[in-house]
Formats: sequence, structure tokens, C-alpha cells
Amino acid sequence: MATTMHLDVVSAEKELFSGSISAVFAPAVMGDLGIYPRHTPLVTSLRPGELKIEIEGEEDQYLYVSGGILEIQPHVVTVLSDTAIRAEDLDEAKVLEAKQRAEDAIKDQKGDFDAAAAQADLIRVAEQLRMIEKMRKIRR
Amino acid sequence: MAGEKEIRTQIASIKNTQKITKAMEMVAASKMRKAQDRMRATRPYAHKMLNVIGHLANASTEYSHPFLIEHPEVKRVGFIIVSSDRGLCGGLNTNTFKAALKAMQEWQQQNVEIDLCLIGAKGTAFFKRFSGNVVSQVSHLGDTIHISELIGTVKVMLDAYSDCKIDRLFLVENEFINTMIQQPKVTTLLPLAPEENQDLKHHWDYIYEPDARTVLDKLLTRYIESIVYQGVVENAACEMAARMVAMKSASDNAGDLISELQLVYNKARQASITQEISEIVGGAAAV
Repeated sequence: MATTMHLDVVSAEKELFSGSISAVFAPAVMGDLGIYPRHTPLVTSLRPGELKIEIEGEEDQYLYVSGGILEIQPHVVTVLSDTAIRAEDLDEAKVLEAKQRAEDAIKDQKGDFDAAAAQADLIRVAEQLRMIEKMRKIRR
Repeated sequence: MAGEKEIRTQIASIKNTQKITKAMEMVAASKMRKAQDRMRATRPYAHKMLNVIGHLANASTEYSHPFLIEHPEVKRVGFIIVSSDRGLCGGLNTNTFKAALKAMQEWQQQNVEIDLCLIGAKGTAFFKRFSGNVVSQVSHLGDTIHISELIGTVKVMLDAYSDCKIDRLFLVENEFINTMIQQPKVTTLLPLAPEENQDLKHHWDYIYEPDARTVLDKLLTRYIESIVYQGVVENAACEMAARMVAMKSASDNAGDLISELQLVYNKARQASITQEISEIVGGAAAV
């Protein structure tokens, strides 16, 4: 009986992990999941959290995912993590800059910028800022 | 014939231009390599996602997602047009716009209205002057494009489709064939064509958490986003390739111009020397 299964962790921007593993622990929306080979087929969405990957004879690996989708087949597990790198890479200065830019664009109505899109940008950036602050608190 | 000094200044100025175009060529070449790597890195995600969607389609849920429903009557269509932020990349953007306009015209002839979503500053500047209703826009994405920057822009269109405000959604971007050839491409994003060619031996009875609807919603939105993201990344690679080629031919042209001018300059110099000698000889003979 197989004691390993294949795991692929991919984000929209790159492949994060691909290989043979013995178990993986994932933060699903309905509670954490521990997945061993021959798990029943399941599709679920993930909440932000840590993905723990156990590989036989090697140290455990950890990946941060901030949402995504997990698909389980008996011997293949796929994690579609669209934002795995995004949270880490959130650069506060860049976010502030983007906010400023969006604000400028709203003021400058005659420019080639769509006001509605700019407003949406502004909301999104504010959201990101809130998330960064939250993450900082957790780290402390 | 122009004076020696004028020609010398002209040569110097062309040499300066050539330096700039050469530098731009090299920058574009290195950026192109990175952009190509990025382009390749996005492929596994879309591939895996297609697999999962295929499996889900085979697992046959009763729920039919709005993205999969084809609207029978077409009154308004959406176009997502990807362009570069900067110019000096040959005919790349012009070709994209031509392809987009052609596709748009076909719809306009059928009295279908058009909504535009523009990615890139060049597209914004261009379509400002044309008919069409610009509903969302994003530009100045930089070299490392993050999907998070596109989500809001694309969502405007996806929501419009779910609300039946638009009946088709197209993506216009450049396809990277090789360094020399980039081709504008119009793809239909919505409605999503169901995958028919999946082999049925991989048939799983999935458990859905929390339920099929939520998972499918999330999955399909992400799928469209990832296709648009791929398009933008591919377009970036195209932009760099086109710029590299354009700058290379500019440098070559500058080289040709310089050698031509050098010839003219030498002739002028020799003529003036000859003239000077003959003047001296003439003067000596007169004495």
C-alpha cells in the first residue's frame, strides 16, 4: 500500500511545491484537515493559515496560504493557492503610494482614469492596509 | 554640401541616440527573459485549475454557475484589452488595438453595445478617443505584475456578466510566439465552454466543503482571473520582445546613418584640404 501521495501547491504567479509527501495539514474553512494517502475525494476552500507538509525522512515544510482551494484525490492533492505569496509581499509603502495615486485620480476628473475604478482601488488598498496591520499584531 | 562642423555635430548626436537605443535594447532583452520565466511560472496554476474544473464537471453537480450559462441574446459585450504602459515597442500596441477594433466593429454592426476594461496606459490613452464605454481601468503595473492588482478590474466585468449586464466577455492580448513574432489574439472568456474532452475514468464523488456552490464560485472566478493574469504576463513578455527588436533596428539604422555621414564628412574634409592646397599653390605662382 502506498504510504506517499503527490502534492502540488500552485499559486497564480508560480509553483510553490510539487513532490511526494506522506501527509499534509491544511486550514480548510470548516476546520483544519489532516490528509494522509487514500483520503476520500474532497474539494474545499481554504482560509488563511499555514500548510504543513510532512515528507518522509525530511524536515516538515511550512507554507503560508491566505486562501485558496484544496482538491483531494486518493493519491493526488492539489492546493490552488492564489495568494500564497501575496500577503508576504505586501509592501506597505507601495500600498500607501497606490492609495495616494487612486486619490489623485479621483480629484483629477478630466484625466483618463475612470472614477469608479479609482474608488474601487482605494477601497481595496484600504483593505490591504488593514490586513497588514492585523498581521503585524499577530507577529507581535 | 554641409560644413564639416555641422556634420561632426550631427554624427555625435546620432551616436548619442545610438547609445540610448542600444542600452534600451539590452535592458529589454534581460527583462524579456525574466518576463518569459514569469510567463512559464503561471502555467502550472491554470493547468491544475483546469484539471480540477474538469473533475468537478465530471462529478456533475446540479448547480449551474452563471459563468457557464450562455446568454441567448447578445445586447452588450465586454472587452478586456491588454496593452503596455510604455511606448517604443514597435507596432505591438497598434496591432492589438487594430485586432480589438475589428472585433468590436463586428459587434457594433449587429447593434451590440460595448463595455471596455483597459489594462495598460497605452490602451487607456487610445480608447479614450474611441466609442465604447470604459468601465474599469488599471495601468502602471510595473515589471512584476501581481494578480492582486488585477482582481478589482476584472471583477467589474465578471459581476456585469453574472448580473446579465453583458452577454459575452472577450480578452484581447498579444500571444508570444517567439522573440520576433507576437500576434494579437482575441479569446472568449465568458461564457466558459464546458470541457468535453475529459476522459471519464477519473471520476470522483467529491465531498464539498462547505458546499458545491461556494467552491465552484471561488474556483471559476479564480480561473478567469488567472487567465487574465496570464494574458497580462504574456503581453509583458511580448512588449519586451517587441521593444528589443524595435531598439535593435533603431541601433542598426543609427549605425547606417553614421557610416553614411562619415563618408560625407571625409569627402568634405578632403575637398577643403584640396582647396587649401590649390589656393596656396595658386598664391605661390602669383608671386
